[in-house]
Amino acid sequence: MSDRGLRVVWVYPDLLSTYGDQGNALVVERRAQQRGLAVQRTDVRSDEQVPTSADIYLIGGGEDRPQRLAAERLLRDGGLQRAVDNGAIIFSVCAGYQILGREFVNDLGEPQKGLGLLDVVSTRGEAERCVGDVLGDVDERLGLPQLTGFENHQGITHIGSGARPLARVRLGKGNGTGDGTEGAWNDTVFGTYMHGPVLARNPQIADMLIKLALDVNALPPVDDQWYEALRKERIAAALQPA
Amino acid sequence: MAGNPEPLSARAKLAVTAGRAAAAVSRAAGRGSGSVIGGKVALRLDPDLLAEVAHHLDIVLVSATNGKTTTTRLIAEALRANGGVVSNALGANMPAGITSALAGGSEAQYGVIEVDEKYLATVARDVTPKAIALLNLSRDQLDRAAETRMLAERWREGLSGSKAVIIANADDPLVVWAASSSPNVVWVAAGQEWKDDAWSCPACGGVMQRPGDDWFCGECGFRRPTPSWALSGDEVLDPHGSAWPIKLQLPGRANKANAATSAAVAAAFGVPPQTALERMHAVTAVAGRYDVVTFQEREVRLLLAKNPAGWLETFSLIDAPPAPVILSVNARGADGTDTSWLWDVDYSKLAGHPICVIGDRKLDLAVRLEVAGVDFQVCDNAVAAVRACPPGRIEAIANYTAFQDLRRVVGN
Ligand SMILES: [Zn+2]
Repeated sequence: MSDRGLRVVWVYPDLLSTYGDQGNALVVERRAQQRGLAVQRTDVRSDEQVPTSADIYLIGGGEDRPQRLAAERLLRDGGLQRAVDNGAIIFSVCAGYQILGREFVNDLGEPQKGLGLLDVVSTRGEAERCVGDVLGDVDERLGLPQLTGFENHQGITHIGSGARPLARVRLGKGNGTGDGTEGAWNDTVFGTYMHGPVLARNPQIADMLIKLALDVNALPPVDDQWYEALRKERIAAALQPA
Repeated sequence: MAGNPEPLSARAKLAVTAGRAAAAVSRAAGRGSGSVIGGKVALRLDPDLLAEVAHHLDIVLVSATNGKTTTTRLIAEALRANGGVVSNALGANMPAGITSALAGGSEAQYGVIEVDEKYLATVARDVTPKAIALLNLSRDQLDRAAETRMLAERWREGLSGSKAVIIANADDPLVVWAASSSPNVVWVAAGQEWKDDAWSCPACGGVMQRPGDDWFCGECGFRRPTPSWALSGDEVLDPHGSAWPIKLQLPGRANKANAATSAAVAAAFGVPPQTALERMHAVTAVAGRYDVVTFQEREVRLLLAKNPAGWLETFSLIDAPPAPVILSVNARGADGTDTSWLWDVDYSKLAGHPICVIGDRKLDLAVRLEVAGVDFQVCDNAVAAVRACPPGRIEAIANYTAFQDLRRVVGN
């Protein structure tokens, strides 16, 4: 697999990079390199075309007006949809997650069309912002350990029949619908409200994205001692809030 | 300008007295200086007190995400060339702390006041400042702060009717957006290393073009104003093009920028740049920041960095490798409880330094450094970290409560 390398795109850092989610790109990049893969990372600004032939696309969280602008520009660009048609993997967080859905409510309070790559619809919560450590069980089909993350959002996301919840929360709000779901996924497109950034807290998800992109079942192990120590600490913190 | 201070109203006097009593009780109970509690009590008794205690002073407000405490000190030092200054030097920068500080300055001519970004518009309305210095705006405390661009918008709305002269950083598009609603702005090319909060035009949402030191929006024409003052290396260029040397004891480019802005503020009050800059030399550590403390036979330099922009400026001022670096991060209430911002700091810049990691969130830092591909060791506490470093100078960089913890341990 090392002859092919891995092409990673960080989508719209000028608009959607407010909550440290570029860490997700850094973690994917690092863990692929540790497996001997040549990684080509491209940061695509919102006045540039989204390439259609990369392997993994990462989209982060952002503030309300930038979210509206990003959705408009991505819809006009069309590159992400074509990338998915080409078999690309997309992993999105918070505002980026909402944009990938069919619809979200923008900063003007109006419903806005999303990219329709995930069967979800998002609205704005009336309640207080959800802020804090989250603990959840990842969809068993994905075969991953517990989800740990930090949520910091006010959105509510409803999942349609074309997607599955990424996890069920034990502690925290997740999708904010009150049914305990957190995030959503279909075969190649993933969304979550978890910051942290989430792939630093859950390196197994980063590895899963790499495996999906390369169409392999396993990756050589890497030293996870600090990731594991952090996970243990944050899971304990979620169970025993200060 | 200043002069014959009008006496405070009876109600204001009562409020000041009650506030002092509350502060004294708070001090006696071992809860710090008591200035905030004193101010709160006083403001409750007389909501107009801030305006009253400010009335006889020529007020300068200083606000920013980073550098406001230091800049407040520099301006205060410069203005003392002309007259007495009262200032909230310890950084109590919300209305209660400001009221308390000003209430103690009945003899002063100037009030030099640091203001929390979120309160700038309110305080500016209450105290009728002569000048307002705006240094920078960037992401800070993600879990509760208002959006950075929204803060700029609130500044813009709050300052649009102000008669104050605004001394503002021409190199920060968000600051320019906030200041340019005012008729009377002095632009200072003070620089801004951190750019990641202003790639999107605050006016129209277009993508910002940033060739070299310039910046402009390709869509609406919003662009960098022509500065009349500038930081140029180790010198300040005044509006006549004369260069004045900066001889600060404080380290780093960011503090030179603070000095340039302070010189422009001082000039607005008739203090010549040379006098102002010479006086700024007297400022050493500010609330423990930049202090060098001897501890365990090592020289520990204490550096505060609270957010990505602050860490970036701090990395540029530390000694070159192999100088050891201690990093400490907490996520308590005053720090913001979301540590995601660590991923917006480019820790690969520390490659080559021996690094020791401490603080409540040392494991977040450990993963961050592991992904950055730099070597580090995780230590139990500050004493262990200092002992793990070779004798000589150590650069210790910490965020807010981690910095306070560190000061206590090393006896600063
Ligand atoms: Zn524009």
